Amino acid sequence: MLTYIVRRLLLAIPTLLFIAACIFLLLNLAPNDPMAQVPMTIPPDVKEKMREALGLGQPLHVQFLKWVIQFFWVEPQVFVDYLFNTSFSEGKQRIFSWQTRSPVMDIVVQRLPQTLWVVGMSYIVGILIALPIGIYSAYRQYSVFDQVGTFVTMVGYSVPPFFSGVFVIVLFSVQLGWLPSVYDTLHEVVDWETFKYQFRQMIMPVMVLALQTTAQISRFMRSSMLDNLNQDYVRTARAKGLSEWTVVTIHVLRNSMIPVVTVIALGIPSIFGGAIITEQVFKVNGIGQQLINAIYANDLPTVQTITFMFAVLIVIFNLIADILYGILDPRIRYD
Amino acid sequence: MTDNVQVSALNKTNNKWLDVWNEFKNHKGALAGAIIFALIVILVLLGPFIWPYEANGINIRIRNQGPSLAHPLGTDQLGRDTLARIMAGGRTSITVGLTAMLLSLFLGTLIGVVAGYFKKLDSVLMRFTDLFLSLPLLPLLLVMMLLFREPLSTSFGPEKGMFILIVVSIGITSWMPTARIVRGDVLAIKEREFILAARSIGGTDTKIIFRHILPNVLSPIMVSATLGIANAIITESALSFLGLGFPPDFPTWGRLLNDAVDYLQQFPERVFWPGLAISLTVLSINYLGDGLRDALDPRIRGR
Amino acid sequence: MKIKSLALGIVGAIALGSSAVADRGSDGNVGIIYWQAPSILNPYLSGGTKDIESSSMVIEALAGYDNNGAMFPRLATEVPTVGNGGISSDLKSITWNIKPGILWSDGSPFTSADVLFTYDYCMGEAGCYQEAKFEGVTTVEALDNLTVKISFADPMPNPYGPFVGSQTPILQKAQFENCTGTRRQECTEENFGPIGTGPFVVTEFKPNDVIQLKANDNYRDASKPAFATMVFKGGGDAAAAGRAVMETGEYDYGWNLQLAPEVINQMASAGKGQPLAAFGTAVERLEMNMTDPSSSLDADTRSTRKALHPFLSDINVRKALSMAIDRTLLTEIGYGVAGKPTCNLVPGPELYASDNTGCLTQDIEGAKALLEGAGWKAGADGVRTKDGMRLSVLYQTSTNAVRQDYQALIKEWWGQIGVETELRNLNASVFFGGDPASPDTYQKFYADIEMYTNIFDGTDPQAYLSAYRCGNEPSPENGWAGENINRYCDPAYDKLLDELKMTADLEKRGEIGRKLNDMLTKDSYTIVPLTWRGRVSARSNSLGGVVLNTWDTELWNVEDWYRID
Repeated sequence: MLTYIVRRLLLAIPTLLFIAACIFLLLNLAPNDPMAQVPMTIPPDVKEKMREALGLGQPLHVQFLKWVIQFFWVEPQVFVDYLFNTSFSEGKQRIFSWQTRSPVMDIVVQRLPQTLWVVGMSYIVGILIALPIGIYSAYRQYSVFDQVGTFVTMVGYSVPPFFSGVFVIVLFSVQLGWLPSVYDTLHEVVDWETFKYQFRQMIMPVMVLALQTTAQISRFMRSSMLDNLNQDYVRTARAKGLSEWTVVTIHVLRNSMIPVVTVIALGIPSIFGGAIITEQVFKVNGIGQQLINAIYANDLPTVQTITFMFAVLIVIFNLIADILYGILDPRIRYD
Repeated sequence: MTDNVQVSALNKTNNKWLDVWNEFKNHKGALAGAIIFALIVILVLLGPFIWPYEANGINIRIRNQGPSLAHPLGTDQLGRDTLARIMAGGRTSITVGLTAMLLSLFLGTLIGVVAGYFKKLDSVLMRFTDLFLSLPLLPLLLVMMLLFREPLSTSFGPEKGMFILIVVSIGITSWMPTARIVRGDVLAIKEREFILAARSIGGTDTKIIFRHILPNVLSPIMVSATLGIANAIITESALSFLGLGFPPDFPTWGRLLNDAVDYLQQFPERVFWPGLAISLTVLSINYLGDGLRDALDPRIRGR
Repeated sequence: MKIKSLALGIVGAIALGSSAVADRGSDGNVGIIYWQAPSILNPYLSGGTKDIESSSMVIEALAGYDNNGAMFPRLATEVPTVGNGGISSDLKSITWNIKPGILWSDGSPFTSADVLFTYDYCMGEAGCYQEAKFEGVTTVEALDNLTVKISFADPMPNPYGPFVGSQTPILQKAQFENCTGTRRQECTEENFGPIGTGPFVVTEFKPNDVIQLKANDNYRDASKPAFATMVFKGGGDAAAAGRAVMETGEYDYGWNLQLAPEVINQMASAGKGQPLAAFGTAVERLEMNMTDPSSSLDADTRSTRKALHPFLSDINVRKALSMAIDRTLLTEIGYGVAGKPTCNLVPGPELYASDNTGCLTQDIEGAKALLEGAGWKAGADGVRTKDGMRLSVLYQTSTNAVRQDYQALIKEWWGQIGVETELRNLNASVFFGGDPASPDTYQKFYADIEMYTNIFDGTDPQAYLSAYRCGNEPSPENGWAGENINRYCDPAYDKLLDELKMTADLEKRGEIGRKLNDMLTKDSYTIVPLTWRGRVSARSNSLGGVVLNTWDTELWNVEDWYRID
């Protein structure tokens, strides 16, 4: 197993470089103009000058190489400097956003808290709700619980967040006046009162997002449990006189986790990627909003950096999923 | 294990599809799902021929009307009949949803099974999947529009060209989860005893995949299918919203829902109808899929 | 909310504004929500409206425009004119006198050196977004600590480009001295928190998210601003901003609510806030392509003056397309009180607005007769043809709910006169972007007709009208960067433009401007204006002193805002 992990990690380096190059080419091939959001009152020759000032005139491979050096060499130095108060990165050029003229990483760091609070929390909530629903629905297939669970999760999944988000805002903020409709990113939790406010402003975006996660994971959990509940080993385990609880949670659940682990591992990087629509509806302004904003403004350094960090997480979590397969089902061998 | 027994059992009943059908029609949920889905399809296919109003028939004098006998679902801000628009939108949404879902399922299953079964291809295919998972969606779609819109619209006409482009865009940007899930299952299944047994009696790879692997990964595929169709319908609306979808005089459920969100408080029925249509379609397909899976699964069959 | 109550709202606000006297910082916190979030607070490094408006509360120019489009001094003692000797009689220089005693928010004095520095900052080698504002300037010199003279190469009938309005505010030399040239990228701290002379000071700036501000202790009027702190939130969409102001009351001011009239009315009926409307120079228009956009042409010829349009070059077709449109109905459905039907490219200020109203009545029969007379006969499918050419147009615009309603209605009317229409909507960031590789930009104009809104800064339309000069059209040679989108070319128009450039007399300028407007609209139907778009923003009922201004930043008088108890 260890050699496998080491091999995969080594393989990840060329893979990620290749992915970075693909993203870079894709972004440059797409119709893009960092001046797209600049008002038409600014004449074309000024826009052209501004484009050149952003370094757009340079050949693609030079631009890419510059980015690679900045991302893999300069930014880690900045991080080290931040941790240990050193000055390795002094005078070196960091990755700057075209839109804000500030280091992309600084904005990412600034936005991590709200992204993790809202999107991360919704993911945890979603999983915590989904697993019991999925397990029990399968165990009592076609019971009332199963039917209601299926109905709610499927309707929840088919209602897009651009609608469900606005719907809960109209209901809970406008009609009932219980919850704030605008997420306050300046809010700091220092005591019980501020924690309560934080809770109130998080509840709507978290629930809207959790609905999607719950629907997806509970469906996979249920179907995978169903597959396993009728296997011979379950009959054997029961015949051995093990309690139902042990049979279901230890034997069946463990063997049913492979697709669920895959789905969860696919979902965790997207926590970091943020939830573009939900963030916009609730004005959470996390990393998802930063990404979509940068895409609209054709702020390529920001898009490239965020997408690439996303890619790193995807590669890592898919590796973790692969390792977990081996633990869940020792028959799976990679060597 | 069981499958070996079942395979021989299948050979006894000469028509296994008859068996599947028998099981399927006894499955209440599946039957209900099938009937509702059939009704929706009939409504959106034949409705526009019977219904007197056109989806794009503007009539300013009757704008923003509530439900009435002439317009059972009311009219929109330009006086277009909502029922006519729902029916016309359904044609597009269901076709796009189904084809895009099938395409994504096909790609996902193919790559997942091949990667899971053939160890040599696993690494390459999974890194390829990682790549696709990493590519930012919007720029990818923009590039596809840039490269293929004009050639497709000259060879297939603007509407068909757009249809192909949208289905392909949704398909190739949504197959990755299916591929990873299927691969994960295949990795586990191919180590089971019955596969070893099948191989030891000289089964070829193709035969093993089709007879033993595929039936056992059917349930995650079915779940992916039902989630996929909802996903495709909603993604299509996001494409229209971004100006990457069908021409504006082409109603779809997603677009109707999207346009109506601003009017949520004044005309809640405008969000309700397209929302209901999408949910009903997804639910009916979900139950259909459930029934189909149960019917196809030899272990559950006859329980 | 009808026009009457909207008007009452504005009048009421003005009346209250003049009577209120409060101490600085006595009214607590005020919340503003812009659905586009500011990215940077330095307008020289960004052209975006959101950035310019948010920074206008911190850094100021010498003079601004009020809600009637009249200029008023901010940091200057008065607006220079030829009459008061501030503008030389040859119109080649303008001299500004700075109010004595103005302090930067850090307590240091504001001097002419800061003005000079700002000019150098923008016009240095790296360039800046507001360069066009300094067009024709040869030197900016300090006559003394409080006097600045700007000289121009040619006589400038309108010398109010530099340091007037919100685009060219003055930066503090001491703060930005080390931020010139290529180093200005590294000045994140400065760009996010400029030291200014305005009523507010930045305490925290989160790019593309939120700005926290507090009252400037050194603001020149000791009793202003009434608010001690401000939260300036960005993000979401127009509907969310309207909701936060008018329905939940979480924010006091919501910017630019581009929403259907029914939606705004519904929000206003919640009773927590009210919409405000005002009109500037924004006109939603149809642009006719005078050249052939056919995909069968090669890239060097398509949509260039090398190939004229097969049927849109016929004025009868253009005129008939315009006649078939009911602008009043379009405007009512799309904008309600926030729009007025118009036939003008330059709808205001009044001096430049032509009395051109001929297009306001829809005339389907007249349009049919016109086409019939010009030889366009209806075929079997109802579409008119002439010499084998079908009247079939591709009509494109950006993605936006109102624009799609306009498209649907116009397609319907054109269908009635026998013109077939294919609609296309494009992603706004592609359509309005200038990527020469993309076929979908408005400059490239690979369509017969396109629709969008354009606007001009300030109150003088000279630069705006100059866009339609021969040779200024986008083409492969200039990387599709021209401004003459229609590829219009008329030597008589160019001659009149030259005359406008040399004319200083306002009355005469108005006359020429109106003539130029007419040449593009009712004489040639090159541009078919549809709606004069107003600006709609909303304020909560407890926010006083708001006067909506379309000639300058909306936050132009934020120092006068106060809380109504």
